[in-house]
Amino acid sequence: MIKTDVVIVGAGPTGLFCAHQLGIIGLKCEIVDNLSKIGGQCIELYPDKPIYDIPAVPECTGEELTNNLIEQIKPFNFNFHLSDRVQELKSENGKWTVKTLNGKRFETPNVVIAGGVGSFEPRKFPTKSAEKYDGKSVLYSIKDKTIFKDKSVVIFGGGDSALDWAIELSNSSKVTLVHRRDEFRGAPASVQKIKELSENKTIDLITKYSIKDVKGNGSLESVEIKGESGESKVIKADYVLGFFGLIMQLGPISEWGLNLDKKAIPVNTENFETNKKGIFAIGDICTYPGKLKLILSGFHEGALAARGCFKYARPDEKYRFEFTTASSTIKDRLGVKE
Amino acid sequence: MAKIKYIEFSGKEHEADVANGLSVMEGAIQNDIPGIDGDCGGGMSCATCHVYINNDEWYKKLPEKEMGEDDMLDQAYEPKSNSRLSCQLIVSDDLDGLTVHMPEKQA
Repeated sequence: MIKTDVVIVGAGPTGLFCAHQLGIIGLKCEIVDNLSKIGGQCIELYPDKPIYDIPAVPECTGEELTNNLIEQIKPFNFNFHLSDRVQELKSENGKWTVKTLNGKRFETPNVVIAGGVGSFEPRKFPTKSAEKYDGKSVLYSIKDKTIFKDKSVVIFGGGDSALDWAIELSNSSKVTLVHRRDEFRGAPASVQKIKELSENKTIDLITKYSIKDVKGNGSLESVEIKGESGESKVIKADYVLGFFGLIMQLGPISEWGLNLDKKAIPVNTENFETNKKGIFAIGDICTYPGKLKLILSGFHEGALAARGCFKYARPDEKYRFEFTTASSTIKDRLGVKE
Repeated sequence: MAKIKYIEFSGKEHEADVANGLSVMEGAIQNDIPGIDGDCGGGMSCATCHVYINNDEWYKKLPEKEMGEDDMLDQAYEPKSNSRLSCQLIVSDDLDGLTVHMPEKQA
């Protein structure tokens, strides 16, 4: 059991800046995120796209913003729990017990949900029949590539994951790559390589087709694909891999007894607390009259939520507002010399 | 201002007057029309505002896809050759009478 002042759910820009504000006022926090890297939507959806509306930063990419936020909270040495997801929140003795998918447990008076639009999960095939084989022979990520040796593998998708795995697995498997159009969004060098492998018949490349059905009798045997005008083909398959990027799902958050308005959590605008005492929601996941889904709004919400957390984490202390420019206490916390 | 018709996968129809300058996605969200999520808020980075333009004349009349829209559509649920991201369809008087059909689901 890890005891802390605040558990932050979500390591996107809003969660990171909230952590900064907690550090500034002398609180500890632990940060949990479903992704394997820090940065949330900024790093997963638009690492290279420019952002123009961060105050005092005329232009930066999602990755640059993330890196700067990480740099900004370095002095506080907060722990990140990546590739993990908060599953359960339980109220015990006036505190919250937080359990994660990987079995970690936290005891805390405060939880700040900075979960964006939910956790990122792989997009799956639309075909019902694929569900039966999900996790066995229909896969959306690869943990152990040796299972594909000498097998027939049918890969769907046109991005870097699909292309990279088609190239990699073509060394030791019979690979068919299926994509819904002629153009690929992967890196030009990978697209070039795929075309070469297709020309010399190392892989089968089928474009303008998408999945129709998967077939098997206990174990997967084949996959049926359809063209734009309804024509179909059946390909032998031991494994079917789909790489269609990630989708955001609210997931377990919807089971924590919080009020929900569509996919968002209503909060008050004084400290961004939800209908549950000690549970705060900030960033894209919260809603209130006038809510803007801007990173800058998330920063503001995080700063106020941090002060809200102080009340429960230090019930016997009075919170005193201080400026970072003037406070020697804050400078100590930041490790800067005067 | 344009009158936009949104048709759910089930066939249920919704009509909304959408102000010029808003996207077809925003028109759905602001009028509480189900079937279009718009998770990323219109940043062309989530493919959850995917619609079909079943009328070929309308499909051709719409502004062409910009770079990136097809890449994002690759990730949408059941994309077809008449698929568009409704966040990229900006409403003007020219779009008056447009009908969009929604996929079975967005993710």
